[in-house]
Amino acid sequence: MEKFTTLSGFAAPLPMVNVDTDMIIPKQFLKTIKRTGLGKHLFSEMRYKNDGKLDFTFVLNRMPFKDAKILITGANFGCGSSREHAPWALMDFGIRCIIAPSFADIFFNNCLKNGMLPIVMGERDTAEMMREAHDGKEFTIDLERRRVIRPNGAPVPFPLDDNARHMLLNGLDDIALTLAKTAEIDTFEDAQKKTQPWLYPAPPPAAPAP
Amino acid sequence: MSDPRTLFEKIWDSHLVGVAPDGTTTLYIDRHLVHEVTSPQAFEGLRIAGRTVRRPDATLAVADHNVPTTNRAAGIADPESRTQVETLEHNTKEFGVEYFSMDDIRQGIVHIVGPEQGMTQPGMTIVCGDSHTSTHGAFGALAFGIGTSEVEHVLATQTLVQKKPKSMRITVEGMIGAGVTAKDIVLAIIGKIGTAGGTGYVIEYSGRAIRELSMEGRMTICNMSIEAGAKAGLIAPDEKTIAYLKGRPMAPKSAAFEAAAAYWRTLPSDADATYEREVVIKAAEIVPQVTWGTSPDEVVPITGRVPDPAKEMDTQRRAKMQRSLDYMGLKAGMAMTDIAIDRVFIGSCTNARIEDLRAAAVVVKGKKVAPTVQAMVVPGSGLVKAQAEKEGLSQIFLDAGFEWREPGCSMCLAMNADKLQPGERCASTSNRNFEGRQGRGGRTHLLSPAMAAAAAITGKLADIRTFK
Ligand code: SF4
Repeated sequence: MEKFTTLSGFAAPLPMVNVDTDMIIPKQFLKTIKRTGLGKHLFSEMRYKNDGKLDFTFVLNRMPFKDAKILITGANFGCGSSREHAPWALMDFGIRCIIAPSFADIFFNNCLKNGMLPIVMGERDTAEMMREAHDGKEFTIDLERRRVIRPNGAPVPFPLDDNARHMLLNGLDDIALTLAKTAEIDTFEDAQKKTQPWLYPAPPPAAPAP
Repeated sequence: MSDPRTLFEKIWDSHLVGVAPDGTTTLYIDRHLVHEVTSPQAFEGLRIAGRTVRRPDATLAVADHNVPTTNRAAGIADPESRTQVETLEHNTKEFGVEYFSMDDIRQGIVHIVGPEQGMTQPGMTIVCGDSHTSTHGAFGALAFGIGTSEVEHVLATQTLVQKKPKSMRITVEGMIGAGVTAKDIVLAIIGKIGTAGGTGYVIEYSGRAIRELSMEGRMTICNMSIEAGAKAGLIAPDEKTIAYLKGRPMAPKSAAFEAAAAYWRTLPSDADATYEREVVIKAAEIVPQVTWGTSPDEVVPITGRVPDPAKEMDTQRRAKMQRSLDYMGLKAGMAMTDIAIDRVFIGSCTNARIEDLRAAAVVVKGKKVAPTVQAMVVPGSGLVKAQAEKEGLSQIFLDAGFEWREPGCSMCLAMNADKLQPGERCASTSNRNFEGRQGRGGRTHLLSPAMAAAAAITGKLADIRTFK
C-alpha cells in the first residue's frame, strides 16, 4: 500500500449531506472483478448527462477540481452500501483525502484499508474550508502531525487513532500484521473449541433443508 | 460478582484475540458469508500473496446480487454479471469454500440463506461484505458488514482489526396495533433517530413489541439497523430463537444443540447493564410508515403528507429535502395516499421471507392488481419459494396478476435485469430509497409487504388499516 505522509492540492467542495455509496459509484459499475479503473464512473449520475456527456455544472468536471486530491463534503458521507468500490473510485480519480463532519463507519474503514485518509472536521471548520476550496485554493494535509494546513497557512488539528495513523504513514498491510499473530489466533481457537465445540462442526451438510 | 454486561459486551468479550494499548482489537470471526459482488478482489488478493482461507468450514458463499429472476436455465445474459458469478464459483472451488450455485434450491439472498440454514446462531460474530449483515443480529449474534479488504482479511486470518463500538438500547414499549409490522417499527425508529443516528453504535432492540415479533420480524428490524448508520443491530436470543434453529442443517445436533442452547440462554443483557445511549418508543404510537424522499429517514405515517422544505431551518437539510422532492416528483403538502404508483416490488433481504409473502398474499387474495401497475414477488431463497408454492401463495399472487420470480436481490438494487425506468414510481419492500437505487431515475417508496400488496391493488399508496 502506498504511504500517506503529506498531501497538497486542490480540494473539491461538495456541499451535500448523506452522500451515499450508491451516489459515489452506482451499482452498474460493481460488476468489475478489479479494483482499478473506476475513476471515470465516480459520481456517474451527477457527472454525466443523460446523453453521456460531461455535465460541467458538477464540481469534479470543472477546473481546477478535475485535479482535486481532496474532497470536502457534508455529514454522514459514504452511508449505505458497504461497497469498497466507493473508495476505489475516489482513489482512481485522484482523491486521497476526504474532509467531512462525519462518515459512515464502513466507508471510513474502507478508506483506511486503501491508504486514504478520512478526516472528521467540525461543522464550522468544514464550512469555512469549503468556501476556501471553492475559490480554488490549495490545502496541505500533514498526517504526521494530524493537521490540515488551510490556504492561509492556519493549521487545524484533526482526530485519528494511533493505529490508523501508523498504518497509513507506513503503508502497512493489515493482513501481514495479523498473520504475524497466528499463534494467538491458534490459542483462541483451541480455547473456543473447548468451551463452544459446536462452532467447529465436522463436515458441512450435503443435503438441502427439508 | 462480575460487572453487569450487555449482550453486545458478552459477545465482544468472548471474541478477543488481542487488544492493543490504543484499544485496537483483533476480533475473532465465527462465520463469514460471501457473495459475488464484494469478493472477487479479496480472493484475487489472497492468490497474489499466496495465502489460503484459514477456515473454509466457517465460510459459505452464494450468488445473489447478479442472478436473473426469470428463466434460470438460459444462464446469465449480461456478460459482466456472468463473469462475476463464475468468478465466485471458481474462487470457492479453488479455496475449498462451500458454494450454493444458482440452481441449488438453497440459493437465495445471503442474509436469508444464513439464518435459514441455521448457520446464524446466538453469541456468534458474523461478517459479510455487505452492509445488511446486520440482519443476523436478530439471533443475538454480533453481525456487521465489511468492505472487500476486510473480506480478504477474514478469509486469510478469521479475524478483524476493530475499534469497540458504543452501545445503544432502543426500547419499543407496549404492543403495536393491527396492520403495523416490524417494517413500520424500524422505519419509525429511523425516522426518529435519522440515518446517522446509530453511527458508531451497536443497537440492541428490546421491549415487548420486539419480543412479540417472530424471528422473521426481528430480522426485518435488525436488517435496517444500517439505515440508521449503526454498526450492528441485536435482539436477545430467547426460546423463539432456539426453536427456530432446532433441526436446521447447519445448527448443532442433539446433545451439542442442548449444550449450545444452554449457552445461548446466558447471553441476554444482565438486568442492570447500562448503555451509552437509550431511546424509548411507544409501540402504540406507530402508524404504518412509508418513505416520501430519497433517504430512509425521509419517512412519514401513511396518514401523513409530503413535508414542506420551507419549514426546515437548517440550510443543508432544506436543500436535501428539496432535492428529494424534485427527484421524487412530489409536491409539499400532498397526502401520501394520493400518490399513484407504477410498480410494486415485494422482495429483498428485508422482506422476502415466508412470513412476508404470507402477509402480502392475505391482502391480494381474490383481488386484481390495478391495470396501471406492474407488480412482482421475488422470494428471498429457493426454499422460501418452494414453501410459498406448497402453501398456494404463488397461485394467489399469479391469479391477482403479480409476477412470480426466482430468488435473488433483484430490484432491491437492480444489478440484474430487473429495474425501474426513469420516472417510474415503485412501492417497494426493500430497504433503500436512494436516487437511482432501483434503476436510474426510478422513484422508490419503502413500506411493509402488506402495504405494498395494498398499493398494488389500489394503484396508489394505501393505508392497510382501512384497505378493503
Ligand atoms: S436484497 Fe438488497 S439489501 Fe439485501 S443483500 Fe441484496 S441488494 Fe443488498
